[in-house]
Amino acid sequence: MTETRKCKVLVVGAGPGGYVAAIRSAQLGLDTVIVEGDKAGGTCLIRGCIPSKAIIHAAERFESLQQHASEGGHMGLSVASDPEIDMAALVGWKDAIVERLNKGVEALLKGAGAELLKGWATFTGPKKCTVETSDGALEIEAENVIIATGSSHIDLPFMPCDEEFVLSSTGALDLQKLPKSAAIVGGGYIGLELGCALAKLGTDVTVVEGMDSILGIMDKEIRRPLEIWLKKHKVAVHTNALARGTEIKGKGASRKAHLTFEKDGEEQTIKVDKVLVTVGRSPNTKGWGLENMGVRMDTGGRFIRIDRQCRTNVPGVYAIGDVAGEPMLAHKASSQGEMVAEILAGHNRDFDKVAIPAIVFTEPEIVSVGLSPDEAKERGEEIITGKFPLAANGRALTLEAEKTAGFIRVTARESDHVILGIQAVGSHVAELHGEFVLALEMGALLEDIADTVHAHPTMTEAFHEGVLKTLGHAIHSA
Amino acid sequence: MTNRVFKLPDIGEGVVEGEIVEWHVSVGDSVSEDDALVDVMTDKATVTIPSPHDGTISALHGGVGDMVAVGAVLVEFGEGGESPVDSVEEKQPKPEKTAEPKVVSEPEPTKTPPPVATEPVAPPPVPAISSPAPLPSVSTPTESSVGSGGKALASPAVRRRAREAGVDLASVRGSGPAGRIRHADLDAFIAAGGMVQGAAPVAYTTRRSDVEEIKVVGLRRKIAEAMTISKRHIPHFSYFEEIDVTELEELRQFLNATKSPEQPKLTYLPFIMMALAKIMPNHPECNGHYDEANGIARRYGAVNLGIATQTDRGLFVPVVKHAEAMDVWQAAAEMQRVSGAARDGTASLDDLTGSTFTITSLGRDGGLGATPIINHPEVAILGVHKAREMPVVRKGEIVVRRIMNVSSSFDHRIVDGADGAALVQSLKRMLEHPALIFM
Repeated sequence: MTETRKCKVLVVGAGPGGYVAAIRSAQLGLDTVIVEGDKAGGTCLIRGCIPSKAIIHAAERFESLQQHASEGGHMGLSVASDPEIDMAALVGWKDAIVERLNKGVEALLKGAGAELLKGWATFTGPKKCTVETSDGALEIEAENVIIATGSSHIDLPFMPCDEEFVLSSTGALDLQKLPKSAAIVGGGYIGLELGCALAKLGTDVTVVEGMDSILGIMDKEIRRPLEIWLKKHKVAVHTNALARGTEIKGKGASRKAHLTFEKDGEEQTIKVDKVLVTVGRSPNTKGWGLENMGVRMDTGGRFIRIDRQCRTNVPGVYAIGDVAGEPMLAHKASSQGEMVAEILAGHNRDFDKVAIPAIVFTEPEIVSVGLSPDEAKERGEEIITGKFPLAANGRALTLEAEKTAGFIRVTARESDHVILGIQAVGSHVAELHGEFVLALEMGALLEDIADTVHAHPTMTEAFHEGVLKTLGHAIHSA
Repeated sequence: MTNRVFKLPDIGEGVVEGEIVEWHVSVGDSVSEDDALVDVMTDKATVTIPSPHDGTISALHGGVGDMVAVGAVLVEFGEGGESPVDSVEEKQPKPEKTAEPKVVSEPEPTKTPPPVATEPVAPPPVPAISSPAPLPSVSTPTESSVGSGGKALASPAVRRRAREAGVDLASVRGSGPAGRIRHADLDAFIAAGGMVQGAAPVAYTTRRSDVEEIKVVGLRRKIAEAMTISKRHIPHFSYFEEIDVTELEELRQFLNATKSPEQPKLTYLPFIMMALAKIMPNHPECNGHYDEANGIARRYGAVNLGIATQTDRGLFVPVVKHAEAMDVWQAAAEMQRVSGAARDGTASLDDLTGSTFTITSLGRDGGLGATPIINHPEVAILGVHKAREMPVVRKGEIVVRRIMNVSSSFDHRIVDGADGAALVQSLKRMLEHPALIFM
């Protein structure tokens, strides 16, 4: 007979939603079990945000080394020979970071007093599951369940990933050899982040996007500097282009993927070393007994339906993160996880965020918090906006962050100056977003930012100036 | 081709000019006969002028707020009219179009309208959490205290405290810049159990510099003119008294409890009307008009009571005629009829003219006292305030009685102080011993 473990809180999945929920739940003194079939840390930490940022950073380093190695060097610095890439070592360096964070998460769970069970859970009832661990099967009966199963890469049925020629983002982060050429099917943020990194490392990159523009989640003005960067770096971008299939042809070193796509009614085929499929992610709702829990799905049938407290229709069953709806972003999942743990501990909580920041780590980086000017207008707001170029910011020049033609754009309500949204594009702008989102959550007015001293010389001054510009009196801009 | 012109027709006895209140058409519109062209307000009424024939508007003369003389060109019609008449002679609007239901006002205002209560802010729609970003689209925000997320403008810490205290921030008024809800607002709201909407405004970082210019036209201008005439010409004196209506209240309750269903519900006003009708013969100087131009004070036998009525469009004073010939039920029914007609815009010219004395009652917003402005050319006005339970001394004991304050103003040129006071004292005697009203 299988052993039964009873607990107050069972968290399913140890990604950024689940592990945060489990730590907070254990902190609050609730008997907490967290089940994870893979490594603690989830997609974000193991095969998503973190590893991709490591590779993006390495690619940036490589690109600047190349600049210094080129004829005459750069900024008075030159290196004698061309830099070289050892892709396996690069991936090894990235793996070490991942490993460290994975161990860190496990240690935090343990430190807080949450029990981490390694194995896949299969639910037989709303709050009852079996976990196949290395020590055998274990039954768990929980008073409360937090579903945090996350999402997975979407395969194209006519060109499924073999992780050899046709890669998912997971495979792309474990390349042992730098491909000479790569095609990216799906010009969303995942594909473009990896595409920019590969281009910096020297791969010939082609982007095939089905819609009429890449990075459709951002508005035209804000994605323009990225489009220019891609053009300058000879990244071919095909929009309104539908991938039709891939054939693997040739022998030995000349064995390549032949990607066919349809554009303007014509089929084109390109030969590349790797095809990277990044057409989106879909919530993990199948294969682990969700159907036995009686949990209702949302109207589209994709996500688990939740309310403002992440409650599903089944009392005591909660869902957080990617499995519970858009935006599928780690920080949203973490925030929900923390909230649900507090709700279970008897606190009165509610997910009432003004804004969930969205960041794209392309070159240049893109940040969006709150409404864009067009979205604000659609909502019926009378608005004022201001745009401040990084080229007019001293610190940006010293970092060469202005070279990508970035800017910060502020949108506020005309009548009372409440800030409605902030977008930024440019090198290194991602780290500026904390102030943006704080401004929105605090309900800041333009004057609140205008009257806050921003240290010189930093790029945060550009936000201050963007606000002044919105008020009509920027100092360092006409 | 001859443009046909349409001139402002004679729209009432003695009317020589009118003010354009609203155009219903613009240049280029094609209109059919009897379509509304323009609203014109005269001393007596607002009249909707219908188109005399089919045609296309080629020019309009006069903007909103402009005075136009009878006979002046109002509208020019271009080609396209089907009427064969090619004459400059305007077709007279059918008399019934100007005389009755289209009359929407006859303001002879007497008092400043009560302050308009601000409506509580409706809670903005709550976005579904299944798609919390990139920001839910919310229907047009109207209140300044709405943030980027479409919800009440407040910091996360304030929102958390509100939730824990079970307070819906949509009902808290923010005293911070742009209506941002501060901890102090929440403190004030919670401390008062929701009776106080927020803390007093402090330290705004945004100065407001906007100025909104609103054209004073139409009824608003009429009210302004009438008030000015009254205050400029009449030396007002005001007099206040409190009236013990405990017995009247008992009688009122009894009558309401035992009335037949078709009879109207009685408020204090019908009793006051009856009392005034009864005592006016003893105070004839108060029930009349002063014709300054001819140096004549008119005292009327009829007691025609103007009832100041606040409507969506502004202040109206519909009139209950011959209160002296009514019983309390008739007075209540007629008052309801004329004030209802004023509110929904169906009052006839007759309903809006001919008062000899005016009553103004602020109902639930009654307050303790006021200095009512006399409805010129009348010579007296009575303001009625809210009745409430009060501790009073009777025979050396403190007892709870129902007390109603009244305020009155008189034209001191015609009514001496003693006479005005005498009227109010007579009224007090009647209302405190309501049997007298019916004897």
